[in-house]
Amino acid sequence: MSLLDFARGPALQAAIAVCAAGSVWRLAGILLQPGRPDRSPARAGALPAPLGALYSIVRRMWPRRNFVQATLFTTVNSYVFHLGLAVVVFGLAAHIVFVRSLIGVEWAPLPSNLVYGAGVVTLASLMAALVRRLMDPVTRLLSRADDYLSWTLTAVPVLTGLMATSHLGARYETLLAIHLLSVAALLIWFPFGKLMHAVLFAFSRGATGVRFSHRGVRL
Amino acid sequence: MSAPAPARRDFLKYSAFLASVMATLPPEAAARMVEALAASRRQSVIWLSFQECTGCTESLTRAHDPDLEDLLFDFISLDYHHTLQAASGEAAETARRQAIAQNRGKYVVVVDGSVPMAAGGVYSTVAGRTNADVLAETVQHAAAVIAVGTCASYGGLPAAQPNPTGAVPVSALITDKPLINIPGCPPIPHAIAGTLAYFLAFGRLPEVDAQSRPLAFFGETIHDRCYRRPFYERGLFAHGFDDEGARQGWCLFELGCKGPVTYNHCATGKWNGGVSFPIQSGHGCLGCSESGFWDRGSFYAPLSTATADIGATVVGAAAAGALIGAGAALLSRRRRPADGDAGANPADGTKG
Repeated sequence: MSLLDFARGPALQAAIAVCAAGSVWRLAGILLQPGRPDRSPARAGALPAPLGALYSIVRRMWPRRNFVQATLFTTVNSYVFHLGLAVVVFGLAAHIVFVRSLIGVEWAPLPSNLVYGAGVVTLASLMAALVRRLMDPVTRLLSRADDYLSWTLTAVPVLTGLMATSHLGARYETLLAIHLLSVAALLIWFPFGKLMHAVLFAFSRGATGVRFSHRGVRL
Repeated sequence: MSAPAPARRDFLKYSAFLASVMATLPPEAAARMVEALAASRRQSVIWLSFQECTGCTESLTRAHDPDLEDLLFDFISLDYHHTLQAASGEAAETARRQAIAQNRGKYVVVVDGSVPMAAGGVYSTVAGRTNADVLAETVQHAAAVIAVGTCASYGGLPAAQPNPTGAVPVSALITDKPLINIPGCPPIPHAIAGTLAYFLAFGRLPEVDAQSRPLAFFGETIHDRCYRRPFYERGLFAHGFDDEGARQGWCLFELGCKGPVTYNHCATGKWNGGVSFPIQSGHGCLGCSESGFWDRGSFYAPLSTATADIGATVVGAAAAGALIGAGAALLSRRRRPADGDAGANPADGTKG
């Protein structure tokens, strides 16, 4: 069995199984916890729970005015990274057919060169985030192995994808196999580390929004 | 039968063509090939056919520039070939033995088809002898061995799972002779004729890659030279064999084309006198010149998808995850103090 056969076969299958099982396990474990009813009366003018949740999810996508200056780099770089990654993941034809094979949904791809450019920007953004994390004494102090592992497992697929697209460093089938294996590693780690924020951010922000809006806290 | 000596013009034409096809050759190689080919006597070739479908021979008979007649009358002496030779039975086997005796150390053995090794090799025999036996006898005094086709190069279709005949490639049995693989199902005629002519002109096999394939014909992927490549770059793909994209000649990647990982000469050498090749005819590359291509998942699954049944995997894994998560939540509920008890409020992390 060649490296590419292994990557497309057992590696991807195992990784997807771990990712699906782990993600559902964590979601079920959280969502099936019993609710803690807040028996206090809601503040006058408090938003209904669903609206409070939605407001919090949307409002927290940018910082409050008095924090804009302090968080400018993080905010801008995060947007660049997430938008770039979205273009790469959901814009490349090869990725779309992968999604189609999983859930049967597809859409029109973007030009490969445009996606390649987005990949370069995404990688640069990841590098900037790492440098910032290492240079800033506070974030450096707060960083744990999970943070660096999550960064690595995000950056490597982007890097290997760019290398495979540009046939850089090895034969295409080897680069493609390494890229698929790096994606498999990302999928395996996804449910267990901070990468799971891609799913959990909505629930955590929503829960905070419900609680705060009930108490009349302005977000 | 006496054949007229080939004209210098024909030699020039053929050698220049080969030199241009074999891109790794320097420009001056054409002249050197002219001299070498003109000076050499016809190369004795013994062609052994084992577990095969005769597609490789069919390919050779459709060679152009030179065609098969030119090849036979001007360059090689095809001393043994099941399908093409007039002799049969004992006369044919005698011809093979005579070629070996008369060209000791100089003849080239071409093999198409894999060699069955299970059950003592009885799955394929010629003149009552196993393929492995005939191969060993014939190769013993050969100057070089050319494994033609994917079956001879990698085992091919006969070696596909579960490989009932125990088929192996020629390289698994011949380790002490110069050997070159020209895979393909079938291989492009240029690659067969070009490799033979190179050996005749230079007395050695051409430069090869890690899988012993001549770099001149297998140095680049089909995707590298595909005329549909610009559509790949622009993100324009056919989604079906009869949709608008297919009619417009867009890239066939989404229909499972294996061109990006297949090293072969198809996109430039083409078939039938340079008329077309599979992708030009509207079907994606099957990757037939790569080892194990028959067992590498569906021909119609795009390269970036998994080869296993992912749908069932996702459903099964998600169900298992839900079960474990529900169990964990249930345990957590049992451990939690009754609502209204004093204690921690895990909902917001504050003390109650």
